[in-house]
Amino acid sequence: MQIGVPRETRARETRVAATPKTVAQLVGLGYDVVVESEAGHAASFDDEAYAAAGARVVDRAEAWGSDIVHKVNAPSDDEIALLRPGATLVGLLAPALSPDLVERLRAAEVTALAMDAVPRISRAQSLDVLSSMANIAGYRAVVEAAHEFGSFFTGQVTAAGKVPPAKVLVVGAGVAGLAAIGTARSLGAIVRATDARPEVAEQVESMGAEFLAVGAPETGPSATGYATEMGEDYNRRAAELYAAQAPDVDIIVTTALIPGRPAPRLITAEMVATMRPGSVIVDMAAANGGNVEGSVADELVVTPHGVKIIGYTDLPARLPTQASQLYGTNLVNLMKLLTPATDGELTLDLEDVVQRGMTVVRDGELLWPPPATAVSAAPVAAPAASAQVVAKQPPTPPDPRRKYVLMAVGAIAFAAIAAASPASFLGHFTVFALAVVVGYYVIGNVHHALHTPLMSVTNAISGIIVVGALLQLGSWQLIPGATGTVVAVLAFVATLVASINIFGGFLVTRRMLTMFRKG
Amino acid sequence: MDLALIQAAYIIAAILFILSLAGLSRHETAKDGNVLGMVGMAVALAATLWLAGRTAEWSNWVLIAVAMAIGASIGIWRARRVEMTGMPELIAMLHSFVGLAAVLVGYNSYLADPAGADGVHLVEVFLGVFIGAVTFTGSIVAFLKLSARISSRPLMLPRRHWLNLAAVVTSSGLLVWFVASHTLAPLVLMTAIALAFGWHLVASIGGGDMPVVVSMLNSYSGWAAAAAGFMLGNDLLIVTGALVGSSGAYLSYIMCKAMNRSFVSVIAGGFGSDGAVSNADVDYGEHRETNAEDVADLLTHASSVVITPGYGMAVAQAQYPVAELTAKLRERGVAVRFGIHPVAGRLPGHMNVLLAEARVPYDIVLEMDEINADFPDTDVVLVIGANDTVNPAAAEDPTSPIAGMPVLEVWKAKQVIVFKRSMAAGYAGVQNPLFFRDNSAMLFGDAKERVEDIIKAL
Repeated sequence: MQIGVPRETRARETRVAATPKTVAQLVGLGYDVVVESEAGHAASFDDEAYAAAGARVVDRAEAWGSDIVHKVNAPSDDEIALLRPGATLVGLLAPALSPDLVERLRAAEVTALAMDAVPRISRAQSLDVLSSMANIAGYRAVVEAAHEFGSFFTGQVTAAGKVPPAKVLVVGAGVAGLAAIGTARSLGAIVRATDARPEVAEQVESMGAEFLAVGAPETGPSATGYATEMGEDYNRRAAELYAAQAPDVDIIVTTALIPGRPAPRLITAEMVATMRPGSVIVDMAAANGGNVEGSVADELVVTPHGVKIIGYTDLPARLPTQASQLYGTNLVNLMKLLTPATDGELTLDLEDVVQRGMTVVRDGELLWPPPATAVSAAPVAAPAASAQVVAKQPPTPPDPRRKYVLMAVGAIAFAAIAAASPASFLGHFTVFALAVVVGYYVIGNVHHALHTPLMSVTNAISGIIVVGALLQLGSWQLIPGATGTVVAVLAFVATLVASINIFGGFLVTRRMLTMFRKG
Repeated sequence: MDLALIQAAYIIAAILFILSLAGLSRHETAKDGNVLGMVGMAVALAATLWLAGRTAEWSNWVLIAVAMAIGASIGIWRARRVEMTGMPELIAMLHSFVGLAAVLVGYNSYLADPAGADGVHLVEVFLGVFIGAVTFTGSIVAFLKLSARISSRPLMLPRRHWLNLAAVVTSSGLLVWFVASHTLAPLVLMTAIALAFGWHLVASIGGGDMPVVVSMLNSYSGWAAAAAGFMLGNDLLIVTGALVGSSGAYLSYIMCKAMNRSFVSVIAGGFGSDGAVSNADVDYGEHRETNAEDVADLLTHASSVVITPGYGMAVAQAQYPVAELTAKLRERGVAVRFGIHPVAGRLPGHMNVLLAEARVPYDIVLEMDEINADFPDTDVVLVIGANDTVNPAAAEDPTSPIAGMPVLEVWKAKQVIVFKRSMAAGYAGVQNPLFFRDNSAMLFGDAKERVEDIIKAL
């Protein structure tokens, strides 16, 4: 089958759905790949590179006429007209927000797969475009903020005076928020973050930021892995937190998005007004109405007070090369899933929750919205905890007195045996008991790496049993009759095997020890 | 006069042995420790030969010389030839020799004067032969299992615990008969039972518990030597035997602690031995596969890498490529370290010896407790041929059969690469959720070839 990669036509779009590297992988799956001329131009991939990777460079009509079309953005009406009936279109279709588009695709009798509708389960992570794009967007949001911000991010002490570090507040610690935290941290800023889901506190702290808890009771993990809208009590407490932070921080990055809903309004105009002049706000939700009052999609707004509000909606597209590469890789992973035989034939398995979740229409049949899929990650904690309660039946602690009773019994038994034993035995037993204790303390300090040499050296010294065998071999002729011969033979064998131990043990220990060396 | 000198020599030898073991506790003094052991042995042998010389004629000297010469040449030959991956087998073999020698010396001690011996001496002989025989066959089974000449799966006889108990009870009965009658028959019967008992004891323990078995047999061989010391009235043998016995017991204790299991449960066998993968029906999700090029790329961009090897590295003989990979990464300024689980491999300290053989500096080879705290700051962990020792279920799933076993917490690192031949479960038969974590990826195939591929890709 043929995969077509057309040039993106939406304004300010710089990404492309395939890079030379992903083209080679698609060819490896058995597909013919055609790329529209100049498709990768804005992302710094030229036609020659695609050709070298195994694609044919074609015109617009031929790219759109393929069996499978890989797109970044949703197609325009003209583009839908170019699709063949029965073709498969893959792209960011936002089916929940654009019912018109879904209807037009259905009418065009194509199969449409929405990359932004991949269920959030671990297995589907390799195709999760929202994560890969959010990661880029989070990074770029901080870079844009740094670009507009009039000072350093990192604190410095220079000959010209002390520079305080910038303070960054990240609202929403999803993929984009965490990427923003990481970027701001690596530029040297002091970063704080807040999220409605208290379980992300650990992730926030692992990125080096401080987690500001809103402290409302009714939050919890959601079944879809995305944040849901919050209750009034929560919103009031959150607003108090933002209002307290606004005058203190230099940069605010908001990432609060609820899929399929307008973005929640988190930062009010009053809060913006309390920020210092020169402060920067990046509203990553500007496309869906914005988290910040006063933000305008795709524009940089400067308030009369001198606070800059960035509402760019094309943040991933501002890193076109990397964004195209990640998006292309997500598509390759999707095609791997859809091409189980690696034979260049696409098979759509609607029994699979991942494939079912992203299929919007199939051959003119409307399949949106899909049945709900529960996320596999978050809500596991609670059952595990309850299992722990069941499994960990505390073992009844042994009665401490039992130990002393046993010790006493042992001592009495030993005394009884000792009383019946000859003096010579007790003398030997004293030596034995002391040697066991000495051995325990000597061995207890041995470095773990030397356990094997320790064993081989103890092998060698336990060859000391040769002492007994040697004495017997030196005096067998004093034993009368055939018994003497038997003793000689047994002693001979014992001497032989004990000698193997002595010589073999010491030598192999030496061999091992010479191998250990310090770096 | 002579006897006093010989006694003095024995005391000196005993002290030298203690110093020898003490020397082996640190890398810096280990070689000196070995030399002290050799000197101690030489002193002891010289004194013994002098003592033997009081009764020996030239024919005795010839026998002694021939026996020692043959033994020495076999020992030297094996010590030079043995592969470091074959160390567990060699050690097990050497244990069996001590057991055999203890049996033979015990018989001789009895045969030399069967009628005149007192009860205490007979008990000493009996015990010495019993421990020696158990050590002998137990070590032979361990040797056969370790060298894969027989299956390393635990032998499951019906009522095996009762069989073991019956062997011990019968032997006690035979002891009473032996002391009462002074005849050879009970001793021979007991020897046969002890040989079978030793065989069964180790045969019912699985391959993954071998570190405990080997150190347990080390301990037994020590007790056998000590028992021989009692019957011969020789303090040097008693001291040496007790040292070796307590060293083996201590190592067994460390190994058992590292598996969070009691010594008795290891000896009784049966860990995951029903062959079933527990929790098989739990959906862990899907694992992700990676390739050598991507791993190479990951490694070059990492700043800290930890390698956790297991028995699979020894099987694949991958220690040399692993060492080469380590050297290459270190040249590029990547901090590479090794994390060794106490029961990795088939012998206590086995991994350390293999890495030392491949010239990995010992100061980057760390113990589990030393490295566990560092995993959250580690970029990449390479798990090479290890499975149960890196299983997060041990720490997180209280219902897991290996719950509570201390493990290397590799899953806390940013990225984990697992080298494995297939998705099969580990020795314990427990599925490993590590493979399905978001931050781990599988690299399938022979560990040696895969590591070589990575080196090529670097």
